[in-house]
Amino acid sequence: MTTTLPAPAPAKSRRPVREWWNNLSRLQQCAILIPLVVLIYLLPILNPPILTTQPGYNFPIAMFEVARYALVAIGLNIVVGQAGLLDLGYVGFFAIGAYVMALFTSPDSSLSKLPFLVVLPIAMVITMIFGVILGTPTLRLRGDYLAIVTLGFGEIVRLLADNIEPLRGNSGFSGVGHPPGAKADGTPLFNNSDGIPWYWLCVTIIIIILFVVGNLERSRVGRAWVAIRDDEDAAEIMGVPTFKFKIWAFVSGAAVGGLSGALYAGQLGFVNNQKFDVVTSMLFLAAVILGGAGNKVGVLLGAVVVAYVPLRFQAIAEYKYLIFGLALIVLMIFRPQGLLGARQRLLTYGRLAYQRLLGKGEQVSSDGSLATDNPGDKA
Amino acid sequence: MTHELSSLVLAQGGSWITFDVKSFLDQFWDNTIDGLAYGSIYALVALGYTLVYGVLKLINFAHSEVFIYGAYATWFTFYGLGFRPGSTPDLPVFELIGFLLLALIVSMAVSGGTAVVLERVAYRPLRKRGAPKLVFLITAIGASFVLQQLIFIWRGGNAEQGIRLMRNEEVFTIFGGSVTNVTIITVVASVVLMLGANYFVNKTKFGRGIRAVAQDPDTATLMGVNKERVITTTFLIGGLLAGAAALFYMMKIPQGAWYQGGFLLGIKAFTAAVLGGIGNLRGALLGGLLLGVAENYGQSLFGGGWRDVVAFALLVLVLMIRPTGILGESLGKARV
Repeated sequence: MTTTLPAPAPAKSRRPVREWWNNLSRLQQCAILIPLVVLIYLLPILNPPILTTQPGYNFPIAMFEVARYALVAIGLNIVVGQAGLLDLGYVGFFAIGAYVMALFTSPDSSLSKLPFLVVLPIAMVITMIFGVILGTPTLRLRGDYLAIVTLGFGEIVRLLADNIEPLRGNSGFSGVGHPPGAKADGTPLFNNSDGIPWYWLCVTIIIIILFVVGNLERSRVGRAWVAIRDDEDAAEIMGVPTFKFKIWAFVSGAAVGGLSGALYAGQLGFVNNQKFDVVTSMLFLAAVILGGAGNKVGVLLGAVVVAYVPLRFQAIAEYKYLIFGLALIVLMIFRPQGLLGARQRLLTYGRLAYQRLLGKGEQVSSDGSLATDNPGDKA
Repeated sequence: MTHELSSLVLAQGGSWITFDVKSFLDQFWDNTIDGLAYGSIYALVALGYTLVYGVLKLINFAHSEVFIYGAYATWFTFYGLGFRPGSTPDLPVFELIGFLLLALIVSMAVSGGTAVVLERVAYRPLRKRGAPKLVFLITAIGASFVLQQLIFIWRGGNAEQGIRLMRNEEVFTIFGGSVTNVTIITVVASVVLMLGANYFVNKTKFGRGIRAVAQDPDTATLMGVNKERVITTTFLIGGLLAGAAALFYMMKIPQGAWYQGGFLLGIKAFTAAVLGGIGNLRGALLGGLLLGVAENYGQSLFGGGWRDVVAFALLVLVLMIRPTGILGESLGKARV
């Protein structure tokens, strides 16, 4: 069905920025990026007057919160944005990462104690294993059903944390480990009250993950993901082993989720069953959808909005879920591709060209990254 | 490390899940009867999911909030009638029936109204734009957040204190399982309402429209069916049934009015709908009753905390093994 609506207006203002960026030489790009990254690193020390969340909330810790959300958003973006698999139980992976970290480092656990840096990869591997375990049976489902079954898994993880005794339910694990290093006076460098080292660690991890994910996106795997996202049946027919690549997406996303969970557990120093409910999962999803699923810069922006705004404006913190709910509804009506939209549009460009050739108007939803369904097959 | 891990699993493995077979056998009939009462509540809510899914192919995530609005309406009706938490009044039978009917009407009206408004505000603009299915789903999640948070802002994070209009008294026993008055009212009224819904969908002119749109929206429009009106009607029926379910729920669990209370019940009702075959009215009834009973068995077998795990595990299992449910998807193909 064609619509008479014009192409989304912001597309005009968006494309020049991207073209300008792509036309710059590598050197010029570095000349802009490096000061920007340095600035990002310096943020908690500078504590800029307008950006600061004080006195309501410790600014470096707030920045760590933002960075943690950004990491989660990048991970979830692989699943939702790149491969188009709507995962409502992502908090389950986050929880698994946090619990692995707690189980191996907290004195409350009966397992042997390992250093933080050893547990970090273990946490990622275990969440990846869970990604395979959860993904293998469920990824045969599509769309709504996949969303519901992942929601079910997310809740089961939380309920298991409630009910399995060694996971200590509400009393939880305290004294969760932290990375090595000590200040001059012997106190640990990474402690619960000082957010700056944690923020730096998290930003560094984000940059590494962005490199890895960027390379993945440009590889055969990434192209397969986009193909699956835009039209799974067509991808399958063209010889893409869709199931395998969906598992890949699920597992990669799970690893990042587990990593962020482990970092969260380390910074907070305490893990119990309270922080892993479905609402948190929805908030993660809101970050991805708000910014623009499929666009790495977009989801970073989304994560900053979701994590930073309630901390900065404490007066609205109570209403954050209401605001994000309204934002989701309004955004889906007026801009279903999110604030920045998808960046990778292999098939979408093809579809656009096809429509131009046939003289049909542009589909409003065709560049939405979640446009996994055939545009004609709508409710 | 591996040794310690395995010893941990071995040493504590037995106590993670305890199989209390004795309590399961002792309370088997009690659990069955109680499960049927819960199940008929699930089934009523499940009809809302099933009808909307049948017509729009949309999982209406916000249906759980439609239900909880009904629960609040019930609570405020009780409160407005002068009843207060803590004491259970001894009302004459006719007065009691009158009050319950009043609460039923208010609750159904509020839930039905919420469902229709939800459809108008959130889903209709998307349909006009021809949005893809996942956009509908995300909107539904957003709408669910908004409806939930409106209650939170208005009433705060605590559940309302329960108000009882009648005592949950044993009327008679079957095989040693006690059947209470609340159970009888819930099951009988639910079955009557569901038969009514079934009659409406299968026998009336509007129902024919619903089935036509469920089967093929475009052809139905060509045949003179007003699609928009059919969709509104579908949401309305779903909302009305959820409102009725809310009253029975509040009679069974008086402290049920809580801003997040809809989520769990909603997901269970959805499980019931999937279990029976989403889009299938009879499937919703079957699925609801099965889920209610299975959950109660799980609770007595594994312990109270595992009740919800059983429900979610059932959801995952059903979706993985038979996504079309026991009776299959068939609102469009329902026999006349």
